[in-house]
Amino acid sequence: MATDIIIHDKKDNVGVVVIEKITPKQDCKCWIMEDDSSTDIQSMDEIPLGHKIAMTDLKEGDTILKYGHDIGKVVKSIKKGEHVHVHNVKTKKW
Amino acid sequence: MYMFITLKQKSGKLMEIPKSFLGYKRENGRAGTRNHVIILPVDDISNACAEAVANNIKGTIALPHSYGRLQFGADLELHFRTMIGTGSNPNVAAVIVIGIEPKWTKRIVDGIAKTGKPVEGFHIERTGDIGTVMKASKKAQEFVMWASEKQREECPISDLWISVKCGESDTTSGLASNPTVGNLMDKLEPLGVHLCFGETSELTGAEKVCATRGATKEASDKFMKTWSAYNDFILKEATDDLSESQPTAGNIAGGLTTIEEKAFGNFQKIGDCKFIDVLEPAEEPKKGKGLYFMDTSSAAAECVTLQAAAGFNIHLFPTGQGNIVGNPIEPVVKLTANPLTVKSMGEHIDCDVSKILSREMNLSEAGDKLIETTIRVANGRLTCAEALGHKEFVMTKLYRSA
Repeated sequence: MATDIIIHDKKDNVGVVVIEKITPKQDCKCWIMEDDSSTDIQSMDEIPLGHKIAMTDLKEGDTILKYGHDIGKVVKSIKKGEHVHVHNVKTKKW
Repeated sequence: MYMFITLKQKSGKLMEIPKSFLGYKRENGRAGTRNHVIILPVDDISNACAEAVANNIKGTIALPHSYGRLQFGADLELHFRTMIGTGSNPNVAAVIVIGIEPKWTKRIVDGIAKTGKPVEGFHIERTGDIGTVMKASKKAQEFVMWASEKQREECPISDLWISVKCGESDTTSGLASNPTVGNLMDKLEPLGVHLCFGETSELTGAEKVCATRGATKEASDKFMKTWSAYNDFILKEATDDLSESQPTAGNIAGGLTTIEEKAFGNFQKIGDCKFIDVLEPAEEPKKGKGLYFMDTSSAAAECVTLQAAAGFNIHLFPTGQGNIVGNPIEPVVKLTANPLTVKSMGEHIDCDVSKILSREMNLSEAGDKLIETTIRVANGRLTCAEALGHKEFVMTKLYRSA
């Protein structure tokens, strides 16, 4: 039942860390809210509470999906399990 | 004391929602969750006088602010609407208005008087601060002693006008605390409450999805027009990519990366409700019960001040990293799902829903907990922000004065 990462929607390519932090090479349990299903992922980085992890490899120009919606574009390629934040993702607005 | 409404939940579990709360019945039929006597300065230079009166007469509260001189056009209209709306809010029993000159003072007094509540205006020119403080203090004493005899009475839950706004959001807001507010909305909307969300700029990225939640095409179109006008203004004034402003440094520390991500999290606050109308800043809703969108700034104190001026009598404020805002007349109920915020600044949190993240609590249970907290505060329990003295009253100014 313990959950390390929550994913809003099945379509999402990122999840949110919901424990104090995850450490590199940690095997994490993920819960997908939309359909109450589960999955696993191994982290590459240390990622703090509330920050996002890539659920798949992402290349420059790819769209980040969260809540099943477009929340920005990848500006530096990201590997599955890496930290996703302002260093590799930017808004498509503004 | 309470009657209960029983709702069948999806899980089949029966939940009881109180059908009433204990409020102050006002002359115009509205009900207040608080019983304030306020000293309202018309303009910045009348603050000293208003604060002196509030210091003289215990149980009154002054609402100092920074504006009210040489404003014009829509900006001046907004100033009057905010002043009159604040005085008219049912959480206010009686009002002393103090301005530098008689004309604008009278305009505000006359606006508030339409509610039927006691209101009296004083102007400083030709009297000076000291004489005005004496005259206004005498009237304020009379008002506060009169108001102190008002008793709370049973009021239907539909007398609650609930505004919402989130602040210092992080990803836990979108995951849990904002959906908890949405769950409360889904449960209380059928009971006839008024609801209001705002934060025009913080719907950027989710604006098209938000527009689909208009109850009518007219409401949807009005929303898109309002959002576009605000967005055009931001783009016109922006000198950089806004990465220091939206998301804020606090948002980014909490894991929010883009305005779009913040917007979809923000949007969780309205649950499955549809909005029936779009309001101007501080505009009173006129289409009856239901959810309204108000065109507001996304800065916490500005937004809550506008919603209070529109007549909302209790506010729900989900936070991630720990925004501590309060309002002088509308109690602000804080909730968070971030366990670190609960641990490090628990004195600001009225409702802890962090167990959603550890899956020890589901959303419906969290919604029930928030309803219970909301009713207790409506009945008179002080919020954390009230106990800590947060009284942020911030007028929205649209542009430079003449």
